[in-house]
Amino acid sequence: MSDETQPIIAFENVSKWFGTFQVLRDIDLRIGDGECIVICGPSGSGKSTLIRCMNRLETHDRGVVRVEGVELGPGERLPRELRGKIGMVFQSFNLFPHMTVLRNLSLAPMRNLGMDKERAEQTALAYLERVHIGEQAEKYPDQLSGGQQQRVAIARALCMKPDILLFDEPTSSLDPEMIREVLDVIYELTDDGITMVCVTHEMGFARKVSDRVIFMDHGEIVESAAPDEFFDAPREERTRAFLNQILHYEASA
Amino acid sequence: MISPLSGPWVKRVLSNWIQPAAMAGILVFAVMRGAENINYRWQWYRVDDFLFTSEQGAWSAGPLVQGLFVTLEISVLSLFLTLVIGLAAALLRLSSSVIGRGLARGYLELIRNTPLLIQLYVMYFVLGPILGWGQITTAIACLAAFQGAYTSEIFRAGLRAIPRGQIEAGDSLGLSRIDNYRYVILPQVLRHMLPPLTNEAVSLVKNSSIVSVIAIFDLTTQGRNLIADTFLTFEIWLTVAAIYLVVTLALSTAAAMAERRRAGA
Repeated sequence: MSDETQPIIAFENVSKWFGTFQVLRDIDLRIGDGECIVICGPSGSGKSTLIRCMNRLETHDRGVVRVEGVELGPGERLPRELRGKIGMVFQSFNLFPHMTVLRNLSLAPMRNLGMDKERAEQTALAYLERVHIGEQAEKYPDQLSGGQQQRVAIARALCMKPDILLFDEPTSSLDPEMIREVLDVIYELTDDGITMVCVTHEMGFARKVSDRVIFMDHGEIVESAAPDEFFDAPREERTRAFLNQILHYEASA
Repeated sequence: MISPLSGPWVKRVLSNWIQPAAMAGILVFAVMRGAENINYRWQWYRVDDFLFTSEQGAWSAGPLVQGLFVTLEISVLSLFLTLVIGLAAALLRLSSSVIGRGLARGYLELIRNTPLLIQLYVMYFVLGPILGWGQITTAIACLAAFQGAYTSEIFRAGLRAIPRGQIEAGDSLGLSRIDNYRYVILPQVLRHMLPPLTNEAVSLVKNSSIVSVIAIFDLTTQGRNLIADTFLTFEIWLTVAAIYLVVTLALSTAAAMAERRRAGA
């Protein structure tokens, strides 16, 4: 859990601008080793940018980010020693279309963890089994359904044995009937002790899996609380308004 | 599964050949009629010897086929160099370095806005002696520099067509920049680029005829020398043109087959 000793990810006074538009406003955030965090908020609130600053697909402009004890200043990319330690699962899967599923999974471990082909493929198959698609190893991504592709993407990230796994709206481009299978797989990972940060609008999922829910609006962290407290007794007016909006149909159904 | 002897692919390859063949037929017919009117005496039987000669059952290449080999050698080597230059220039164009982008841009504009013939003369008479290059080296370097400029634009378009997410996925898996290009980006770029690259290869074969001006014995030079010796102007130019046509059509057929294999994969 998040205690004061050694957060695996820490943001101190972090701000970022796209041109003149400020996407992140003085973010302070500490995430403990093994924690599972869900970030929600309206579109354009900066949640994707926030997690992309964690693996340095984006860099910030002011403040300090610490990841696994490595201090990262404005503009700094991910240093070599952290390469592959922070996995990411994208909204649009981003599987490599010209490679089989097995190759998608085994490429990075072979190039970066020094695994030989046989071991990398064994590892890949083991993770494919874990996400329940072991039988699809020889197929190409475009032969799979969206849900299957996203599960492959999760297995691909796991093959690098990351300490941190980031999910950027992992179910937002899926057909409704496939959302469940992907969320189930993510839920099963919570036993592994990997630190997980997930941007999502799936509130049922947030309540079930997260240790903490963070609500962002206009580039700020508005509220951060344990899920029960967050959903049952939100402190901030903005949080209540947001939850009202997205839970409206569920509540009235 | 499409059988290899049917389907749209065969139609495409056939039309690849039939249409130029039909056009050539019409042209030859017109030339024949025209030649009749000026009382040209056709001597096609003499052309065989320029392609192949046989002495006591042993076949050897005639001047035109020897010239074809030189043309092919120059084309293949400069195609390879074209790809290297094209990729390097495209990467520079897309790089974040101002100097790199400037260099690539300058190269592109310089090549695109001067005649190929002048480039060849500059290389042969100015750069060649300075660098100690022979004719063949000069010819290959010149053609590659010329075609590389156009190919770099194709590479650039191909690289930009790859979704950002692909690069980000490679990044977040910890692939180094070079590995990301080698395993993720370039294989996808090359697949998109196959049709336009075929065009580049075809242009290269045709443009290689310009090296005849710096005393290289390619197909065009051989043809011109034969005409000087024999005055068989019509027969030899038509034969030379037909040989170029066969080579370039073979190239596009090979590309169509490669594309089909890819589609079937």
